[in-house]
Amino acid sequence: MTVTPSDRAQRELKNLEAVAGNGLLHRRAFLRGGAALAGAMTGYTLVPSAFGQQLAEDPWSLVPGVTVPDYGTRSRFEKNVVRTLSNPKGEPRTQHARTPHHLLNGTFTPNSLHFVISHAGDPDIDPGNHRLVIHGLVKQPLVFTLDALARYPMVSRMAFVECGGNSAPLFSLEPIQATVQALHGLVSCAEWTGVPLSTLLDEAGIDPKAKWIVAEGGDPPHVSRSVPLSKAMDDAMIALYQNGERVMPGNGYPMRLLLPGWEGNMNTKWVRRIQLTEGPGMTFYEARTYAPVLPGGKAYRFYFIQEVKSFITHPSPGLALQGPGFYEISGIAYSGNGRIARVMVSADGGKSWAQAALQQPVLSKAFTGFRVPWRWDGGPAVLQSRAWDEAGYEQPARAQLVAARGETARLPSVTGFPSQHYNAITSWSIERSGEVKHVYA
Amino acid sequence: MYTRSFLGLAVMLAVALSAGVAFAQTPNLGKPISPADIAAWDINVLPDGSGLPPGSGTPADGARIYAAKCSACHGPEGKGGVNGRLVGGDPIKTIDAEKTIANFWPYATTLFDYIRRAMPWPQPRSLTNEEVYALTAYILSLNKLIGDNDTMNSQTLPKVRMPNRDGFIVRFPDRTP
Repeated sequence: MTVTPSDRAQRELKNLEAVAGNGLLHRRAFLRGGAALAGAMTGYTLVPSAFGQQLAEDPWSLVPGVTVPDYGTRSRFEKNVVRTLSNPKGEPRTQHARTPHHLLNGTFTPNSLHFVISHAGDPDIDPGNHRLVIHGLVKQPLVFTLDALARYPMVSRMAFVECGGNSAPLFSLEPIQATVQALHGLVSCAEWTGVPLSTLLDEAGIDPKAKWIVAEGGDPPHVSRSVPLSKAMDDAMIALYQNGERVMPGNGYPMRLLLPGWEGNMNTKWVRRIQLTEGPGMTFYEARTYAPVLPGGKAYRFYFIQEVKSFITHPSPGLALQGPGFYEISGIAYSGNGRIARVMVSADGGKSWAQAALQQPVLSKAFTGFRVPWRWDGGPAVLQSRAWDEAGYEQPARAQLVAARGETARLPSVTGFPSQHYNAITSWSIERSGEVKHVYA
Repeated sequence: MYTRSFLGLAVMLAVALSAGVAFAQTPNLGKPISPADIAAWDINVLPDGSGLPPGSGTPADGARIYAAKCSACHGPEGKGGVNGRLVGGDPIKTIDAEKTIANFWPYATTLFDYIRRAMPWPQPRSLTNEEVYALTAYILSLNKLIGDNDTMNSQTLPKVRMPNRDGFIVRFPDRTP
């Protein structure tokens, strides 16, 4: 059948109809509809004098600009785009720096805004004196310098890294009013380049008795974690580069263990030693910290996977809507079990759903951007996103998650970690004023 | 002709196989290192006690070291200060209950491993193995998990039965060897 222009126009008009409650539009409405149709449906009128001002040269267009710096930094007008710090004076406890997802738009996290958790500050490592040792159940223990590793065949891949405690405020019995940065800021995504760990383990010669590795950092607490050998031989990497430049000090300079899709704390930063063992070390962070307690008092051991999750970044608390009309709802989705298969968005608290457009290419264990056009009528609305991954896992509703995992007995601090591994739906309520609030729906 | 083709094929296969071997070779730029040269970094202690060094310590020794090097953050007798307490802890009933050594930690070896690698916070790795054994003994005795006169060493420490040893469920058994 031939598609005639009038068929196309009909289809475009149809696309501009709401596909789900409270004004969610077809995900391709604007890609197909064009500006004229968009203007028509948003209600904005284009009149010749609407701008009401004659254009003139601006001061910055009339004089030479500043000298180009040797290491670039963002505009001085973007100084508010920063990480939030849990321990800005470096007191003797852990420091957290959270990524401002609501002020970014994309799937790479800029290196200076990548989240960081340091248990005793970032070590000031001289790369020329850093060493990586592989020993334990191997035929020949080996030591590698950075210069040696830099000569190996490398791989590059996008991968998110997420703290096992990210989103923990959503275990609160009441919704905590906070930005997406405070609630979900302990996840970031970068392109990592380095040496497959399997290459180095093969060179050392794996004893058939080995079933685990215990990886340790050169940071002051010498943070150590146990990882099944099968993961180490699958897609683990000794990462030397982060978004094309050397790994940032807070992210493990000069080298870190990257375990795509697995609990952030296991991705040993400043990695200096890998011991192959028969059993796990039951280190502090696996025996105690990242063992989420279940209702009734038992606890999960070895959670490993950061399960399928999504959240809306635009709009979100702190980004108020400026009156009724057109907005794009966007956010990020990711899964430690592979690629994102689908993201659905609701504007009526989950009663009806519209399929979101996914930013291409969709990469395994990496951020996937999603977008849905939305016409806000000015009334109350509750925005939610829900993701599915290629392994078939569905992001749970909050009620489903807390039925299995529990919620707090008291209101926790927004910077606290009442439990770990929260991946359920986040809900934003749009008030008539345009303000965005965190709710449970 | 058949024989010649067969031989040709065999030669091609042999070439392909040796090429395959060459392909599998990697740079081999790691330098062999002896266990003696790794020793200063070789600090992992596993639940079965492997990795525990020679030496020993008693709660009484540990109390003296604790007062000098630990109480500033963890409070007198492990009761807590600017950092977490090391003694006591109610049975865990809610998901956000405080996890303590007595009510949560499954293995006593983790205590030795963590003190030795990370404590005291401003001067990690400054304690001798004897001091780590003594501090481990002191904290275990404060929690009534060993007797006040029990000595901790590489034989006794792995045998300490922690109350919550069996309080765990492996989340993904198919991924956990």
